[in-house]
Amino acid sequence: MNTTAASYLDNTGKDPTQRAPLVLGANDLHDVTDKVCGIIENPKPSTGWYVGMAVSLLLLAVLGYSVFYLFFVGVGVWGVNNPVGWGFAIVNFVFWVGIGHAGTLISAILYLFRQTWRTGINRSAEAMTIFAVICAGLFPGIHVGRVWVVYWMFPLPNQMEMWPQFRSPLLWDVFAVSTYFTVSLLFWYTGLVPDIASVRDRAKHRIRQIGYGILAIGWRGSNRHWHRYERAYLILAALSTPLVLSVHSVVSFDFAVAQLPGWHTTIFPPYFVAGAIFSGFAMVVTLLVPARKWLGLEELITLRHLENMNKIILVTGSMVGYAYAMEFFIAWYGGVHEETFAFISRATGPFWWAYWIMVSCNVIFPQLFWFKKLRTSLPAMMVVCLLVNVGMWFERFVITVTSLSSDFLPSSWGYYYPTLIDFTTLIGSFGLFFTLFLLFCRFLPIVAMAEVKMTMPQAHPSKH
Amino acid sequence: MSHFVFPKWTNTIRLHLTVGVVVTVIYVTLLVAYGASPKTTDVGYAPEQPIPYSHRLHVGELGLDCRYCHTTVDSSPHASVPPTQTCINCHEKIHPESEKLAPLRESYASGMPVKWVRVHDLPDYAYFNHSAHVQRGVGCMSCHGRVDKMEVVYQDQTLSMGWCLDCHRNPEPHLRPPEEVTNMTWNPTGDELKARFPDFVRYLDTLENGSTLDDAAVVKQFQRHLRIKNNINPSTDCSTCHR
Repeated sequence: MNTTAASYLDNTGKDPTQRAPLVLGANDLHDVTDKVCGIIENPKPSTGWYVGMAVSLLLLAVLGYSVFYLFFVGVGVWGVNNPVGWGFAIVNFVFWVGIGHAGTLISAILYLFRQTWRTGINRSAEAMTIFAVICAGLFPGIHVGRVWVVYWMFPLPNQMEMWPQFRSPLLWDVFAVSTYFTVSLLFWYTGLVPDIASVRDRAKHRIRQIGYGILAIGWRGSNRHWHRYERAYLILAALSTPLVLSVHSVVSFDFAVAQLPGWHTTIFPPYFVAGAIFSGFAMVVTLLVPARKWLGLEELITLRHLENMNKIILVTGSMVGYAYAMEFFIAWYGGVHEETFAFISRATGPFWWAYWIMVSCNVIFPQLFWFKKLRTSLPAMMVVCLLVNVGMWFERFVITVTSLSSDFLPSSWGYYYPTLIDFTTLIGSFGLFFTLFLLFCRFLPIVAMAEVKMTMPQAHPSKH
Repeated sequence: MSHFVFPKWTNTIRLHLTVGVVVTVIYVTLLVAYGASPKTTDVGYAPEQPIPYSHRLHVGELGLDCRYCHTTVDSSPHASVPPTQTCINCHEKIHPESEKLAPLRESYASGMPVKWVRVHDLPDYAYFNHSAHVQRGVGCMSCHGRVDKMEVVYQDQTLSMGWCLDCHRNPEPHLRPPEEVTNMTWNPTGDELKARFPDFVRYLDTLENGSTLDDAAVVKQFQRHLRIKNNINPSTDCSTCHR
C-alpha cells in the first residue's frame, strides 16, 4: 500500500509488540453503531444499490423463467443425457454448498479459537452462507423431473411403504444440508438479536419500530440477557463446528461412494472440505471488497480482515492443489488402468480446457497471495477471488462431467453439451443470491456491532 | 412511546402459538395418515349395481365356484365379468319374471352387456396379473375378502402399494394349494394337511423338530413347504408392477 493520506486504513503491519487495531480511525463505541445502523436508516439507498438490485432482480427473473420452463417441459431442456446424467444441476449444487462453508467457519471455528478479527466480517459471511445454501437447495429440488413428488426425498411414512435409499449418500445429503441450513440460520439469528434491538431502539418510524421490535424478541440488554446470549452463542458455535467438516464430506460421498474412476477416491472428503472453505472465503472477499467501499465500512472491515482471509485462501488453495496432485499420484501408484486413464483423460482428454481453467484458477493464481503487496491490494484480491470462484465452479464441472463422459466402457463414452437453459439457470442462481444479499445489506446490520465493540479498546477500560 | 415493546397480551400468544402448532402438527399428521389413506378412501367401496346380484346367495348358499362366472381368472391377467349368457344359463328357468332381473333380460334381448360397476380398480400404472397369483395358490379371499358373505360386493382390502408389498415381501401366510384357491372356508388343521399331502409329511420329516410342532406351527410349515415346492419368490422390483 502507498503511504498516502489513506495510510491510516492500512493495519496490516507486523509489529509484534502491539495488537493491530480492528477498528480504525477515531471511532468510539457510539460511532460504530452510527456507522452500521446508518446504512439501514438512510431513507434512500445509494444509486449503486438500486443498480445492483435491478440487475439481480433481472437475473432472478431469468432463474424464474428457466425453472418454470423446466417444470413445464421437463428435464430434457437440460443437456443431461447418456452417459453424462449429472450435469449443471449437481455442479451448481456443490458449488453453492461449498460457498456456504465460509460463514460457519468464520462464525463458529474462529469464534472457538478466539480470533477476534472475525467480528468485522462474521455477520455478512453468515448471511452469505445462508443465501448460498438456499441457492444450493434449489437444485436438488428442481432436478427431480417430477417436482410434484419432490417430498419423496424425505423419509416420510406413506401407504406405498416406499422409502428413500438409506444407504445412498444422496439421502444423507438431504439431512446434511438441511441440518446445516437450520443451524446456520439459528446461529445467524441469535447473533443478530442484540444488533436488531439497537436498530429497534433507534427507529423513528412506527413500522420499523414494530418490525425490528418483533425480530428483537424483547431484547433489553440486561445482564441476564447477555449471559444467556453468550451461552446460546457458544452452544451453537460448538454445534456448527462439526457441521463445517461434515456437510461437504457428505456431499463428497455423492461421488466417492460411486465406483466410477475419478470419483471413487478416499481423498474426496478432506479435499472437498478444503475446497469449500477456499471457495467460501473467495466469495466473502468478492462480496466485501465492493460492499465495504460502497457502504463506507472501510474502518470496520479493514484491510487486515481481508488480508487474513486471503491468507486462508492461500492455505486452502494450496491444499486443493495438493489434492489435485495426490489424485494423479494415486492414479499412477494404484495401478488401476481405468483410474489412470480417467486422470490422464481429465488433463488431456476432451475436457482438457475445463481442467486447466480449474488448475490455473484454483492452484496457480492464489499463489500470488504469497506476496504481501498483492494480498493487501484491493484490485489484485478482487481479481484472484473472482478467478477462484470461477475455478471452483469448474472443479465441480470437471469432477462430475469428465468421469461420467468416459467411464469403463469406451462404447459408452460421450461428450456433454449444456443447453441455454443450463446456463440461464446457473446465471439466474446468482440473481437469487445477490437479491437476497442486497436485501440483507438494506434491512439488517451487516456488521455485528455488539461483537465488534467487544474488540475495541473502549471495551477494556482497565487499559486506560 | 419511544420504542416498541411487546404489549402485555403477547404473553398469552406464546401459549396459544405453542398449543396451536402442536395441535396443527398432530391434526395434519392424522388427517394425512388416516384421511387420505386407501383404508379410509377405498375400503368398503360398494357401488350400487344395475342388478342387485347377491354373492352371498350364489356363492355362500348355492356354492357356485368363482370360476363358473369369472372364467378367465386362472388363465389371463384379467378376471372377466361374466357375459349375460352366463346368467341366462340358469335364469332362463329360475325367476324368469323377476322384476330385479329386468336389465338382464333387456341385455339378453338387445345384445348389449349389463353395465356392471367395477369395484376393484387398480391405477393404470400398476400392472396386476390374476392368473399369476391364482395359479401359484394365492386364495381369492386374500384380496377380495369373504365374498360368500357379501350381499353387495365391496372392497375388502386397501389395494395400496404398501399392501401389495406386504405380501410380496412375505407371501407365506397367504399361500394354499392351487386347487383350494377359490375355497372361501379354507382353514385346515395340521393333521388334515398331513393326511392329505404325503409330500408335506416328507418335508416335515426333513425338519429337526418336525414331529414336535403344534398345530399352528404345522400349518405355518405347510405354507413354507408350498413356497419352496412352488418356487414362490415374488419380486419387489419397481418394474414388476410398473412396467
